[in-house]
Amino acid sequence: MARAVSRRTRLTNTAVAGALGFLMFFPILWILVLAFKTEEDAIRAPLEVLFGSGWTMESFTTVQERSDYFKHFSNSVVISLGSTLLGLLVAVPAAWSMAFVPSKHTRNVLMWMLSTKMLPPVGVLVPIYLIFRDLDLLDSRFGLTVVLMLINLPIIIWMLYTYFREIPGEILEAARMDGATLREEILYVLTPMAIPGIASTVLLNIILAWNEAFWTINLTASNAAPLTQFITSYSSPEGLFYAKLSAASVMAIAPILIMGWFSQKQLVRGLTFGAVK
Amino acid sequence: MSSKNTLLNTAVGFGFAAALASTAVAEEITIATVNNADMIVMQKLSPQWEEATGNTINWVVLEENVLRQRTTQDIATGGGSFDIMFIGAYETPIWGANGWLTSLNEFYDDPDYDANDIFQLVRNGLSADGNLYAVPLYSETSFTFYRTDLFEKAGLTPPTEQITYTEFAELAAKLHDPENGVFGTCQRGKAGWGENMAFVGTMANAFGARWFDMEWNPQLDSPEWNAAITYYVDLMTNSGPPGATANGHNENRALFKDGKCATWVDATSAANDVRNPNTSNVADVTDFFQAPKQETDKGTGWFWSWALAIPASSQKADTAKDFLKWATSKEYFQMVGDTEGWVAVPSGTRASIHEDPRLLEAAPFAETIKNAIFSVDPADPTRDPVPYTGVQFVAIPEFQGIGNYVGQQVAAALAGQMTVEQALANSQQFAVREMTKAGYIK
Repeated sequence: MARAVSRRTRLTNTAVAGALGFLMFFPILWILVLAFKTEEDAIRAPLEVLFGSGWTMESFTTVQERSDYFKHFSNSVVISLGSTLLGLLVAVPAAWSMAFVPSKHTRNVLMWMLSTKMLPPVGVLVPIYLIFRDLDLLDSRFGLTVVLMLINLPIIIWMLYTYFREIPGEILEAARMDGATLREEILYVLTPMAIPGIASTVLLNIILAWNEAFWTINLTASNAAPLTQFITSYSSPEGLFYAKLSAASVMAIAPILIMGWFSQKQLVRGLTFGAVK
Repeated sequence: MSSKNTLLNTAVGFGFAAALASTAVAEEITIATVNNADMIVMQKLSPQWEEATGNTINWVVLEENVLRQRTTQDIATGGGSFDIMFIGAYETPIWGANGWLTSLNEFYDDPDYDANDIFQLVRNGLSADGNLYAVPLYSETSFTFYRTDLFEKAGLTPPTEQITYTEFAELAAKLHDPENGVFGTCQRGKAGWGENMAFVGTMANAFGARWFDMEWNPQLDSPEWNAAITYYVDLMTNSGPPGATANGHNENRALFKDGKCATWVDATSAANDVRNPNTSNVADVTDFFQAPKQETDKGTGWFWSWALAIPASSQKADTAKDFLKWATSKEYFQMVGDTEGWVAVPSGTRASIHEDPRLLEAAPFAETIKNAIFSVDPADPTRDPVPYTGVQFVAIPEFQGIGNYVGQQVAAALAGQMTVEQALANSQQFAVREMTKAGYIK
């Protein structure tokens, strides 16, 4: 039975949630505001910024003139989509075997995979950099796609494993009894049932790969540089570039923010999949 | 195979090679740089070089700290990602001595380039073992920015000679008027070897302090360091803005340009911006005097140069050298003057540019900057003898880590989180550990 909630409690909860939501969103809102100001206005006191100065598209024009936004954008798209799809190719069979054909080592393997995420990336920077140098992969989209796939793979496998565990094994058994091959079983029975989970895994990994700033900056120079490097090129300790930095940030986060917005329902559904039995 | 065929093949081979050699192959070079006003101008003007040579440039613009980390990693591993790097007076001698940079000595043989026109002090700062490893875009020292209107209002006479820090503190206290939004002085408080330690380091020099003695023993617990940091904390507490530990060069420059600071000891390279009426509210009421002294006048203004260098791992060194010559030539600086205005010409590199009447007319303070730069001697930066070169830094690889740590301790003392004694004791302990680990102390 639903617990009765008083009007006052509901209002308080709404106000607190609203305030927390605003607090979390505020940095993005402020970036958005500063992006439409001149450099001189952007460093004024907050109230002056909001009400005492004009609005302009100047920073966007300058940023577009000085940088090739579309090159960085296309690199971000290729790298984030590529690494996610490549990750799925490896993760779906891996998660299937762990969820439906577990061995006594499955749990250890899962924990080991997760433990690789606990290592600070900088710890393996030099070896990876040297491997990339020797394989001629520095500043290449392929190299970056493989690295991002590898660093996000534990998350993809863990998420898919959790979703697959919610699917009754009997359904797959029935498919097998009907003569389905392993490929057909995964492709036509398991995958359609796990679509919400796979969709949220894909979305989350695209977001993670899009925002990844350590490897994307360290392993690229110009050809494969994604939007993360585009943003850092407007950060400067000498001279003020807050407005331009904000404009560059808005241009970099807008695509992923819009994507997240439209797929919010799918994302939440996927993330809470299996949370309530 | 007959000898006739062999001869024919050889002839064809030679012909092909000769044809290749005679055809200039356009190359694409990659330049790693920071995002500052002078480099933005260079990016804007570089299509002229591209058109003239047929080569193209890939600009990789990064935030200064990211650039340092990224270029160090690439050059140390021989990654070869960049053909030209924008580096400073700290990295150049260290990297040059390590064999990581391409020597640019041949620039001396080119009469059109006239390398001897570059100030010798700057050339020395960008050389190692007598070899030139980088060519400068601009150089700077530090001096005092002050507000002429506020001095006049307070009935103070601006100094014409180098004053002491004690006198400077008295001036700052008289000018401090927080109720009217003016702070007596704004100085760097943000932790970092290139931030607060740039100012604090030169101030410590003035107080007679030094980083290491002749045996490389750290001297951070000396009475001189104590006097310098105590002075710094008192000055900022009594006459500085609140929350000074958040203020680096950038923040102070914004505060000064907005009219919030009566004095500011910082980089001469900021003078153009502060005196530019389009970007500053105090352009007409700002003037400069030398950075103060105290126990000594040695090392009281820092020395820094931003320069372009070619990593030894670059496969396109010849094209990169061609660009370097273009980007640091007399003609380039004149082009900047003609297109961006002479006030925007990078300062502190070439004698002929500093003598140009167009520069002296547009930026009368250029002479002050030149004299301030000439007063610095990175080879003799302290009152007592030291085994190192560098004014606000020590030109050894270990300094970056030590300088950052000491910067954090000084910032903590400024924020009141620990006493000056504690901050310096921690710094000394850290420096001893690092220098022992590095083999300087046996």
